Amino acid sequence: MNTSGLNLLIGLAMGLNLLALGSGRVSSLIRAVSFQGIALGAMPFLLSHEFSPWVTLVAIATIVGKGWVIPLLLGRAMRAAHIEREIDPLIGFVPSILLGAGGTIAAIALARSLPLRPEHAGTLLVPGAVASILTGFILLIGRNKALSQVCGYLILENGIYLFGLLLIHATPLLVEAGILLDVTVGVFVIGIIVDRIQRAFDTLDTRKLTVLRE
Amino acid sequence: MSHLWELPLRLAFWLLVAPLVPGLINRIKAWVAGRRGPPVLQLYFDLARLWRKQVVMSPLASPGFILGPAVAWVAVAAAALLLPLGPAGSIAGFPGDALVLVYLLALARFATAWAAMEPGSAFEGMGVVREVSFAVLAEGSIIAALLALSAQAGSLRLDAMLAPMVGTGSALLAAGLFTVLLAENCRVPFDDPNTHLELTMIHEVMVLDHSGPPLAAVLHGASVKLLLFSVLLVQAVLPVAGLPPWLAGAALLAGVLPVVVGIGLVESLLARLAFRRVPLLLTTAFLLCLFALLMAWKGGTT
Repeated sequence: MNTSGLNLLIGLAMGLNLLALGSGRVSSLIRAVSFQGIALGAMPFLLSHEFSPWVTLVAIATIVGKGWVIPLLLGRAMRAAHIEREIDPLIGFVPSILLGAGGTIAAIALARSLPLRPEHAGTLLVPGAVASILTGFILLIGRNKALSQVCGYLILENGIYLFGLLLIHATPLLVEAGILLDVTVGVFVIGIIVDRIQRAFDTLDTRKLTVLRE
Repeated sequence: MSHLWELPLRLAFWLLVAPLVPGLINRIKAWVAGRRGPPVLQLYFDLARLWRKQVVMSPLASPGFILGPAVAWVAVAAAALLLPLGPAGSIAGFPGDALVLVYLLALARFATAWAAMEPGSAFEGMGVVREVSFAVLAEGSIIAALLALSAQAGSLRLDAMLAPMVGTGSALLAAGLFTVLLAENCRVPFDDPNTHLELTMIHEVMVLDHSGPPLAAVLHGASVKLLLFSVLLVQAVLPVAGLPPWLAGAALLAGVLPVVVGIGLVESLLARLAFRRVPLLLTTAFLLCLFALLMAWKGGTT
């Protein structure tokens, strides 16, 4: 197991979390999510001891799906809806980046006191997973535009994927492949819904979508 | 502790070399823009010219108007003297001199702000407010960066602290310190040293009413501060202290030059940030230094 390479990739993913929290433009948010997907997709290569075609297939599918297909769908939805940037988010950019950094540091400190298996103790997998999940929550709670919330959801899913990597030798990657398919279909559907919301309400501000009507 | 004759030598080094740095930056900016640009020694000519001029003083201003730039200049020069120079070490190294460095820089800022408010001009008050409010965030980053170095070395002496970390921590620290360098010295993404519109200036508006020798002290102090931050950045990243003297001098030069070129390129290629975006960038710099501190504290498991 290539621990230092793995930690570098997870550190990169943590940095991208903070970039996602601090970026006001939806396009740079999507780009951060895409790079994070690529970094995460490359991790099974570093984790597995010997070459296996199944792992390679899922890793490539993850890189293509999270790094290319999903950002493409989101980018199209963004252009269709004419959403350029997040204006006046519920949690401002500086507070959310500070919250995310605090969460990351807390996750690293917390993981030191967790009873992890010896082969996972040296890696940043658990802190990376917790930090990504926190980042996803902050984006889901703090942003108003539906597209930013979708990006938050994707980062949350990346965190769960990082947790899943802990069990890479125990669970079949079939589960991860299924999740990847779900996420891609979900984003595909959301792309259509965003377009519909935009046409029906002339806005993507989810605060205005609180009243049920006939 | 080193020889007594080293003190004037070092002082002369800092004071004489420093005005070269803004000249080089302007040269690079001119080169990128395709202009001929001012000569590299322009700041020396400016300083000589200003030194011969007389001071125009507002009748409202107290002697603090003259005293402020003088105090700031002495404080910056003293801070520069505290900084160790590679294998030559520090001239007065003592435990905790890193804190003295931070406080001397803060004293210089206070003195400049004080002198700026003396003439009672509204513009200068505005500049002071901006300078000080950005400095609050920038100082946090410097302290985090120095803490990272000190946690790495287990010491609060600058000459022991400036032994660089390895790998990612060093890259984070370099990025954070470079951003702080730009903010502290009022370079482009934070402030434009060439702007002459009072409403958008920060540092320049503070020295609007200064003239003659006090203005020369302000300009010279700013260049010494720029050189100080560049040397600090280089020594925090490159292992200069362990090298033999000639090689260390070459390494220091080879480190400071890219920093200067980097400042010039940033100024040429980036626009100034809107004021409300500045805290975000400074927070990012703080977080970069904070994560470098975290890596130093974790003991380099990465």
